[in-house]
Formats: sequence, structure tokens, C-alpha cells
Amino acid sequence: MLKIKSLTVETAGKKVLNDIDLEIPEGEVHVLFGPNGSGKTSLIMSILGFPNYRVVSGEIWFKGTNITDMPTDKRVKLGIGVAFQNPPAVRGVKLGVILSQLASDEVDKRRLAESVNLPPEFLERDLNLGFSGGELKRSEILQVLAQRPDFAIFDEPDSGVDVENLEVVGRTIEDFLDGRTGLLVTHMGHILRYVDVDEAHVLLNGTIVCSGRPTQILGQIMREGYRWCERCPKARKPS
Amino acid sequence: MPEGKKAKLTDERPPELDLDVEGFSRNAPAWSPCPLSRLPAEVIGRAQDVGIKVEGEERAGTYFQVDHSVVFRGVQKALEGKAEMISTREALQKYGWVKDYWWKIIDVDQDKYTALAELKWDQGYFIRVFEGQKVDLPLQACLFISRDNLNQNVHNLIIAEPESEVQIITGCTIHPDVRRGLHVGVTEFFVKKGAKVTFTMLHNWAQDFDARPRSAALLEEDATFVSNYVCLKPVKSLQMYPAAYCRGNNSKVRFNAILYGVGNSRLDIGSKVVLEAPGARGEVITRALASDSAQIYARGLLVGEREDARAHLECRGLLLSDDAFIHAIPELIAKAKGAELSHEAAVGKIAEDQIRYLMARGFSEEEAQSLIVRGFMDVSILGLPPALESEIRKMIDITTKRAL
Repeated sequence: MLKIKSLTVETAGKKVLNDIDLEIPEGEVHVLFGPNGSGKTSLIMSILGFPNYRVVSGEIWFKGTNITDMPTDKRVKLGIGVAFQNPPAVRGVKLGVILSQLASDEVDKRRLAESVNLPPEFLERDLNLGFSGGELKRSEILQVLAQRPDFAIFDEPDSGVDVENLEVVGRTIEDFLDGRTGLLVTHMGHILRYVDVDEAHVLLNGTIVCSGRPTQILGQIMREGYRWCERCPKARKPS
Repeated sequence: MPEGKKAKLTDERPPELDLDVEGFSRNAPAWSPCPLSRLPAEVIGRAQDVGIKVEGEERAGTYFQVDHSVVFRGVQKALEGKAEMISTREALQKYGWVKDYWWKIIDVDQDKYTALAELKWDQGYFIRVFEGQKVDLPLQACLFISRDNLNQNVHNLIIAEPESEVQIITGCTIHPDVRRGLHVGVTEFFVKKGAKVTFTMLHNWAQDFDARPRSAALLEEDATFVSNYVCLKPVKSLQMYPAAYCRGNNSKVRFNAILYGVGNSRLDIGSKVVLEAPGARGEVITRALASDSAQIYARGLLVGEREDARAHLECRGLLLSDDAFIHAIPELIAKAKGAELSHEAAVGKIAEDQIRYLMARGFSEEEAQSLIVRGFMDVSILGLPPALESEIRKMIDITTKRAL
């Protein structure tokens, strides 16, 4: 479904992704681990084609189409959906209005909101304006639920979420991804208590240094931290 | 004219917006009174664009002036004895006491436009809502100019008697053939004890047209005055600085403005709130959208003269073009301990990250812009009843859709 080939990306003149190769076949859910600043969000922005993330070399393919030069909205229409980690507040644009526009058919917005533990009043609120950290995550997930993309990316859905809501968020994502293709991005891995994933990757300094079984990689990271990955003799180096 | 006051045609504030008032025509053939439905189609069409309803059912009363002539005025039968809507000339003849409200809260010698309204006065509407009466449907007034380069000077008077409540919608506009002209509108509001007036004014001028509204409101104890101003069409220059004097304890005033500057429009719009009594509250909210090479000055002045008086001023400006310009000028003057005055102003372009974010939801760049602009021109700030709010929302939607 998604295939990234030798991707190198710059933003503000700085190289943030270096020779990334990543393939997520249809029906699989992968997880991307990495410490803060390793380039996880940059990878998402590059998949979306945000213009300030300049592709220096490499290609991004989605559903058999080379989308490397495609505008963001076209990529999204092809079936990519992202729950952002730090979405901007958009004053005057109501969450409910966005949900109505995202859903291809009439959805029960209130029920959808309740499914991520957001009270219906949020539908009348300006998008992300004054939302707490946890509310932001749930609002982002809610939008992806309404959008129903074939390929969904969740950027740090577990950071800043309290214990009760972590379970809500985790189970909602798990249900949603059942039979879909997805990428979870996390640096702590809490979300994996609730979501089954097929493969894990570790991103360090803009490069995917290793890929493998999620439990094994997460276990290693939990025990030794990301510093271990830096020392790991098997870590892949950019070519 | 009050004693000791002298109307002069020479003064001008601010100087850069000076107009040669002698350059406009004062010559307008009289229009005969008639029902609104008999007015020419172009007149009706333009009036509808500023919220005027031709059929009677949606409005409790109507005042319609074309050029210098009153063509229709009156309230629905059911409202007789509860509210009155006549011309100010009639009102001054009918009631001796009306002169006690005339030029009482606006100085006739404030500037040359107030002088013009006194020396070359062309009618205007008189609205009186009787004590304790709550008028459910809005009253409407239309001030229409049908001839090119005409000068129209109206003086309106609104009196809401104690414990009364009314919604007023005023539309000021011109015939599609009119390019130039000058509209001067003096309006004095008296909101008595416990009364509530919501006044919504819509302007629709032309690129070479000038307008100088001059208005002020006096609020008694527990009175509420909400003044909404909406201007979405081009104008050569529009300058106004309405004032509200909260003289009674716990009186409340709110000035809301939704401004859209297009073409070469120059809008210089402020609101002044003077809190003269304990417990008085004021709020000024402005949304200014500037495109093309429009220039918008959004001013606001809050004066806290007594303890426990609170007011807040909020101005948001959005630029849609590199040649447009918005200057927010908030001023706060506190004269008593315990007066709480605050302001926030934010002026800028649409943030790129917001556009990108909405595009990541599948909206095109244009759709994203339009969502943000539509949200920015937030009609809910006007605090109108749902029907009126949705009328104004429609007007804004049409205008902003065209702009993007």
C-alpha cells in the first residue's frame, strides 16, 4: 500500500530524513519507534507532502501511484489519513463542521465523539482551540474515524493521554485498524498494550536503523533505551 | 440646535479623510409614499441585500427613505400603541418632548458631518418602544440613495422606554447605478432603565461612495445596548466612531463589527465605551478582513470612570492580500480604582500551518482558505436571534465565496 524508496528530505535547509526505505503492505499495521527529534513527524509530513518538507531524493508510492510530487489534498483523497501530534488551533472552524465535511455519508457525529470520550459540546467548539493534550489526541482520532482512510497514521496517540483515556484511545484505534493498513508512531510504546501490530521500525537521526518483531524491539527499547540502538552493531547505516 | 453650539462646515477629523461636502448634489426630486412592493425592482433588490424584507410578516415595522423622501413608515397593526416608527421630522412636530433628545448625546459641532446633518437635514427615523413592551419581530429601516453623487443627511432617534425590548435592523444602500455620493447618518439612542436594544446595521455602498455615520447611545440603569455593524461591500471611505455612555448602574453595552474591506476601500471604524456607573460592562468585538488594497483602521476606546466597571476590547484582523492593510488601535483609559479594562488584538495573514492542516484532511487550498475565512467572519458574535443570524450568515457566505 505504502512504499518509500531511498527517501531523503530537508526542511529549512536541514536534512531530517536520510535514505529511508519503508514498505507497509495492505492490511498490515506497523509501528515506528524513535526518540524525540529522530524524524518521526518529519516522515509523516513528507508522506503528506507538506511543501516545507523538500524531497531531495527518493520516492513515495501509494496504492501503486508515485505520489512524491502530488499536492497534500490529492494524497489524502487517495486514502491517506493522519491523526497529528500537535495540530494547530483553527479559530472559527468548528470541529463538527469538519466532521460533517470529512464523512462521505451521514455519520452520527455525536456517537462518534462519544466513542473517543469527547462530550458532544466539542462539536461546537473551534478546532483544537483551548483543547487539552488528551482532548487534542481524541479530536484527531475522531477526525480520522470520520474520514475513514484506507491508510491511517497516528502520530504519538499515547503521549499526554491519561490512563483511562489511553485505553479508550487504544481500543478505538485497534477497532478502526482492524482490516485496514496503518502506521503508529510512538516513542514510549504504551499504545501497543491495546493495538496489535505486525512489524516495528526504529528511526534514529532520520534513518530507519532496524525493523523487526514489535515485541522484541519494544522490549529491547524498554530495557535499554534508544541509546542501545545507537550502539547496536546490526543498526542499518544510510547508504 | 442647542444653545451655545455652532454647526460648522469646515472642521474635519481625522484630516486625511477630509471630504469636500460642497462637491455633492443636494438636488433630489421627491418620491411619493407607497408600499414597499411598489418600489422599483432595483430598489427592492438592493434593499433586500441589506436585510430589508418587502413582505410585512417578518418585520414588526418599517421605515423606508429614498434620497430625501420618506416613502413608507409604520408598524404592524398589532404593535400600535406598543411601538412607534415615524420620521424624526414628524416626531418633532408630534411631540414637544422629542427636542429634549435631539442633539443631546452627539455634539452638533462635533465635526462638519454633524453640522451637515443639522444645516441640511433630510429626515431620518424615529423609533419609540413603549414601556414594558417586548417587540418579538425586528423593526427595519432602510436609508436608500437613488441618484448619483447625492448627499443624504439623516438624523435618527431611538427611544426604548423602561423595561422594553426591541431588535432593529437598518440597511443603508444605493441604487446599482449610483457610483458616488455621501451618506451622513446621525443616530441617538436612549436605552432607559432595564430596556434592551439590539441594533444591527448593514451597509452596502460603492467604490466611490463615502459614508459618515455618527451615533451615540445613553444607557440607564440595567439597560442593555448591542450595536452590530456589518460592512461587506466596497466603499471609498467610511469613518465612524460610535459612542456608548453607560450612565446607569449595571448597564451593558456591546459593539460588534464584521468588516470586509475590498478594492480600494478605506474603513476607519472605532467604538467608544464610557463606563460612568458602578457595575457597568462593555465589550467591543471586531472582525476585520482585508483584501485587494483595502485599508482598515479598527479603533476602540474603553473609559472606566467608576469602580467595578469592566470592559474588554477584542480585535482580530485577517489579511488576504499583500497590498491590504489593517491597523488595530485599542485604547484603554482607567480613571477609577477597580475599573478593569482589557484588550486583545491580533492582525495577520492566514497561518500557513492551518491551511496545511486542513489540506491534510483532504480540503483543497481554496477550500481550506474559505473555511478559515468563513469561520473568521463569525456571525455568532452578533448575538442575534437565529433567523436574523442565518440571514446575515448567508450574506457573508455569498460575499466571501466571491472573494476567494
